[in-house]
Amino acid sequence: MTNATRPRLATIWLDGCSGCHMSLLDMDERLIDIASVADIVFSPTVDTKEFPENVDVTLMEGAIGSDEDVEKARKIRSRTKILVSMGDCALTANVVSMRNLFTVEDVLARAYDEPGSGNVPEPRPGESRAPKRYVPKLQTKARPVHEVVEVDYFLPGCPPPADAIHYTITELLAGRAPDPSHLTRFGR
Amino acid sequence: MTHKSIPTPDSFTLRIDGTDVVAQVGQSILEVAQDHNIGIPTLCYLEGLTPWGGCRLCLVEIKGSGRLLPACSTLATEDMDVTTTSPRIERYRRTIVELLFSERNHICAVCVSNGNCELQTLAQEMGVTHVHVPYRYPTLLVDSSHDGFRLDHNRCVMCTRCVRVCEEIEGAATKGVGGRGIDSMIINDLNEPWGESDTCTSCGKCVSVCPTGALTEKGTTFADMAKRRERRELLPYLTQTREGRR
Repeated sequence: MTNATRPRLATIWLDGCSGCHMSLLDMDERLIDIASVADIVFSPTVDTKEFPENVDVTLMEGAIGSDEDVEKARKIRSRTKILVSMGDCALTANVVSMRNLFTVEDVLARAYDEPGSGNVPEPRPGESRAPKRYVPKLQTKARPVHEVVEVDYFLPGCPPPADAIHYTITELLAGRAPDPSHLTRFGR
Repeated sequence: MTHKSIPTPDSFTLRIDGTDVVAQVGQSILEVAQDHNIGIPTLCYLEGLTPWGGCRLCLVEIKGSGRLLPACSTLATEDMDVTTTSPRIERYRRTIVELLFSERNHICAVCVSNGNCELQTLAQEMGVTHVHVPYRYPTLLVDSSHDGFRLDHNRCVMCTRCVRVCEEIEGAATKGVGGRGIDSMIINDLNEPWGESDTCTSCGKCVSVCPTGALTEKGTTFADMAKRRERRELLPYLTQTREGRR
């Protein structure tokens, strides 16, 4: 049930493993409490296709790894009052940044062309099986979200514990500034 | 009050954060602060090893001195007026931690020291949740040539605890610093693979004192890393007995 006066929440999953969203679901019955006071207007867990306007709080999981991630982050920033970087990939680029030590060509070759990458038959010499269409183009480096758009709050953890996510959401809904450092840290 | 607060002929008084405290001649500001349960963050400092003053996390303000001084390697003197925390000091300390994260490839989630790392703990204590400067992402090697231990330069913060423990406690002087500035690296002997070192005694003291996951014992788990701290507690004792023999 939607109501014009209820806060509008959103979550988004960019270059990450979805573990932060698994942790979000780990809030268990507290999700029902949140759903009773706020509307979840966009999320991998709901069916909305287009990120809506006038969102109050967005939790952003994942690093900025592709051109599409940049577009999404900018659009979401312009449509969100409070943007929260959720999890170490959004905060530091984390595991995703391990590819930053290599060129994009080498990363794609590793994934699509090298023996053991799962492609049968092996590509012919000089030919890459890396997709040239439909799949978003990788940026030279995976970056933290705050290097691309302004971020209001930071929620560390890999993933952040459900308690830290719950604390952050409820504090923001109550109009307070969350400091979740007592509940989480990098790598937690 | 501890016994260290009782005045003796070798003691004097100074002020730390507005409180009069008693110090013994020869004590550093950090040692005095620790005797009086005044917390100053440290990273390169380790009790039992010669102070290095390299990480600059223990910088404090001293009245009358325009520049900040490292508490670990500044002697306490009579009537000194020390401030251990202020917005300026906090800003510098947070920036130092951020720069350490940006310099190499620190990825807590895949590190064996996750949960037992002093850099990680410092970040949490200081509220460093993100880094304001661009990451460098240097390409660094991992030296796995030693049978028992591993040196991962990606996780090194150049505290030089391993260099000091190797020379001062073990007496082997295998570990050293090579290179200059941001390209500095921990090296073995004359920059040889660790496994080929003639001087390394494989005592593992360097692994015990490492604050991060740069030096690890092969085959260790997250749970094993917690034991490092216990092994370190022997260091001040070793230093004391050695000094007694001189």
